[in-house]
Amino acid sequence: MLAAFLLLPLAGGLLTAFLPESRKGEARWIALFFTTLAFLISIIMYVMYDNTAGGLQYVETTEWISTDLFTLSFGLGIDGLSAPMILLLGLLSVVAVLISWNISEKTGQYFSWLLLLESAVAGVFLSLDLIQFFLFWELELLPMFMLISRWGTGRKLYSATKFLLYTLAGSALMLAGFLLLGAAGNSFDIQTLTDSPVTDAAIPLGLIFWSIMLAFLVKLPIFPVHTWLPDAHTDAPTAVSVMLAGVLLKMGGYGILRIAVPLLPEVAYDSQTILATLAGISIIWGGVITLRQTDLKRLIAYSSVSHMGYVLLGVSAMNSVGFSGAAFQMFTHGTITGLLFVMVGYVYERTHTRQISEMSGLMHHLPKGGVIMVIAGLASLGLPGLSGFVAELTVFLGALEPHPVATILGILGVVLSSGYILWTVQRVFQGPPRKEWEHLRDSTSWYEWLAIAALLIPIILFGIYPALLAESIESGIVPIAQVMEALEELV
Amino acid sequence: MTLIDHLNLVAPALLTFCGSGIILMLGLLPIKKRYLGFWTSLSLVLAFAWLVVHHLNQTDAVGLSGAVKLDAFAIFFSMIIVGATIAVVLATQDWAAKLENEMEFYALLLTAVGGMLILTQANDLITIFIAIETISLSQFILAAVVRDDRGAEAGLKYLLTGAVAAAVLLYGLVFLFGISGSTSLDSISQFILSSPEEFKLVLLLTFIFITAGVGYKMALAPFHGWAPDIYQGAPSPVGAFLSVASKAAGFAIALRILYGGLAGGDSFLSDDMSQIFSILAIASMIIGNTGALRQTDAKRLLGYSSIAQAGNIAVGLAALAVGSTLGAGAVAFFVGAYLFTNLGAFLCVHIVEHKVANTEIAGYAGMLKRSPFLAVVLTISLLSLTGIPPTVGFVAKVYVFNAAISAGNAWLVGLVAVAVINTAISAYYYLRWVRIMWLEDSEENATQIRPNGWQQFVLALMALGIVLLGVLPNRLINLAKAAAETLM
Repeated sequence: MLAAFLLLPLAGGLLTAFLPESRKGEARWIALFFTTLAFLISIIMYVMYDNTAGGLQYVETTEWISTDLFTLSFGLGIDGLSAPMILLLGLLSVVAVLISWNISEKTGQYFSWLLLLESAVAGVFLSLDLIQFFLFWELELLPMFMLISRWGTGRKLYSATKFLLYTLAGSALMLAGFLLLGAAGNSFDIQTLTDSPVTDAAIPLGLIFWSIMLAFLVKLPIFPVHTWLPDAHTDAPTAVSVMLAGVLLKMGGYGILRIAVPLLPEVAYDSQTILATLAGISIIWGGVITLRQTDLKRLIAYSSVSHMGYVLLGVSAMNSVGFSGAAFQMFTHGTITGLLFVMVGYVYERTHTRQISEMSGLMHHLPKGGVIMVIAGLASLGLPGLSGFVAELTVFLGALEPHPVATILGILGVVLSSGYILWTVQRVFQGPPRKEWEHLRDSTSWYEWLAIAALLIPIILFGIYPALLAESIESGIVPIAQVMEALEELV
Repeated sequence: MTLIDHLNLVAPALLTFCGSGIILMLGLLPIKKRYLGFWTSLSLVLAFAWLVVHHLNQTDAVGLSGAVKLDAFAIFFSMIIVGATIAVVLATQDWAAKLENEMEFYALLLTAVGGMLILTQANDLITIFIAIETISLSQFILAAVVRDDRGAEAGLKYLLTGAVAAAVLLYGLVFLFGISGSTSLDSISQFILSSPEEFKLVLLLTFIFITAGVGYKMALAPFHGWAPDIYQGAPSPVGAFLSVASKAAGFAIALRILYGGLAGGDSFLSDDMSQIFSILAIASMIIGNTGALRQTDAKRLLGYSSIAQAGNIAVGLAALAVGSTLGAGAVAFFVGAYLFTNLGAFLCVHIVEHKVANTEIAGYAGMLKRSPFLAVVLTISLLSLTGIPPTVGFVAKVYVFNAAISAGNAWLVGLVAVAVINTAISAYYYLRWVRIMWLEDSEENATQIRPNGWQQFVLALMALGIVLLGVLPNRLINLAKAAAETLM
């Protein structure tokens, strides 16, 4: 099953890549078919995952490289932490295909890169082996680079290159860190290394921890290594922004919860103050910068920096509530910011501008789009009843006791986000209608509404009934939380 | 052992030398179609078949009074060298047929290969030096095989730098003989293991001289100065040959001297040797990568990239110098992977150059549409050079870095840190090239480029090798490991 989830998009991507130019209209149908199939598999996996049993399930492993000195296995499996990520990936990939429906330039190639991206990210979430994790982590770069640099707008080559170099520089040291851990623990298997964390390596464990963390912090992204994100988002095509905000940033958070913290628990525990400080700065800095943006898409991009700060804040709490909040926030941010980017694309496709100052009173011309934007905005600022609220509340509950100052900064960040969201909605959708936008009409195409609905449903569903998501996440973080609580008792 | 047995040990080299002689004679015949490429391939294929047979028989023998040693290690590297040369000959026949001096090209190619084959088996200082000179003399002329200004410049530069490198190497070998009183690597390693610490300084000096001489062949910085100029100036088939076969021979003899002669990780030199290799590796990676960043010419870029790649392999040398059991296998595996990777890239560049007489990277715009096959093969090769999965280049890098890390020395960890950051830098120029081929539109009247049948065959083989060995590397890893173990 998991192998099918990994390979289906790849198969679809190969099909669209070799589609002759004359039949490129079919590429989007092929892409839709394969992503939908993968999405269905992800739903089945999520529902079938046994939360009460916990642990890794549906494990499939084969030996990949074996010499008598080291072995690398190729293994797939899900636990309570990766199951929601897989669900999110399946969902957003379908959305990404739907909102790419109008791509007309090199259509076949576009969809094959998009589908390859899905496969690569799936590999990251499903990997059971450090080197295999790194393999997929690197594999994701190429499609992103291609997608942004060819189908983007503005300074697309600059932004794509910046994305590439930031990520590569981060992940370079990650490989060194993985090899050190593997050499010290005599295994590259994540589960083995979690069960018996290494206590001694060729260089101090703290250095290894931070060399691995750097890659994840760049990806998340956290101040001060976040500067690639606004550029990449602004210049990427809408669907790629959705994937970037929705699942690629989550790779960072997932890596922290899956590898950095469980494999080096003591160092992680000792670093919690630094992590909380970084998180606090990120939340406030991201929020303040967001307030100053004049470009609608850039604004949403910066708000991600602030919102991903909550993930790190939750992690820095080093307790089960904080970890749950972080994982919950990863999922909800994926759907909410995904929807915000879809709506930004929706507006841009009609107005052909992203400058907030040029828009006003769009609610008169795009009433339906306006309502969706307001819902997404409210979810983003954490309105109770929508899923963003649950996530942020859980993070604060977990982090308040260990890191009161950072948590208060985080709560201030919510105030900031109310500010920029409401102000943006007011400037774009409220106010006097402008003459030049009179010709604008709401969308009537099924694919746009299907994409919007697909994102809206989980936002409302998990807001009203968070247990649906929380049960899985809690079963996933139990093992890490237990280690942390044991450490806390020692102190 | 009878004389025949002795000669049998060096049979592949004899085959290529005889092939060279036959070609020289054929070239003098006053007939038009002389099928020189065919005769060259034939002698190479015979040599390859001989190697396969002895690989299967697991031959391990010393012959010619200890001057040569035929073991799994020699066979592994010989197969890489002969395989690479066959690929080059098959893919560049059209180009060679138009050469004014086709005969010289093939004859010298074969003598160079013969020298390399002897070098992989060499177990004696004199054999080593003679083999290296045989290679060098052939390659000096090969670089200038097209008699225009650029060719002449490339040949002369190669000759001058090569002569200095040979002198330095000879100096090192003489030192080694002077203190140990023997030219046989076996007795030298015996001597080093039993010699007192006071020889350390002179041995270290010897080691530096030898490294400089052999480092020239491997294009390791700071002995790399020739590489970008020669790669750009010499014809691309010669470049392809130099970058793979010559480099493989260089690493083979480096491993042989390091392990067989200087007693590898067991001697009191090992930490110093490892540190020297670390410095060379860092210098090569930084010089190669920063140099390649600014290049707009495909051949020159590959020249700098080959310096950087040599640096990557030297990470493995640094690891094995401190006795890492993974190190030698990692180096052998990397060289094997490099055969597919770099030949794929170089032959694509050759085919384009042969057709449009231009090696500017900007000229590759829209290659995907014009010649999808070439674009895909070149992309796979470049991804493998970068080390992006699922290619063999990724496995090779992980293997080498893993060898260095698991050796457990602090400076090796630092070395790997530099190496991985350099990988990130290299992605910039490799992927920029890929992007140009895939995503930029070509000019209106850009020529379509269709590789001929042999070229398609060879390129498909390279691409297949890169991907298959990237996904299922076990077979090559075991071969490389078995080869490395015979050294220990």
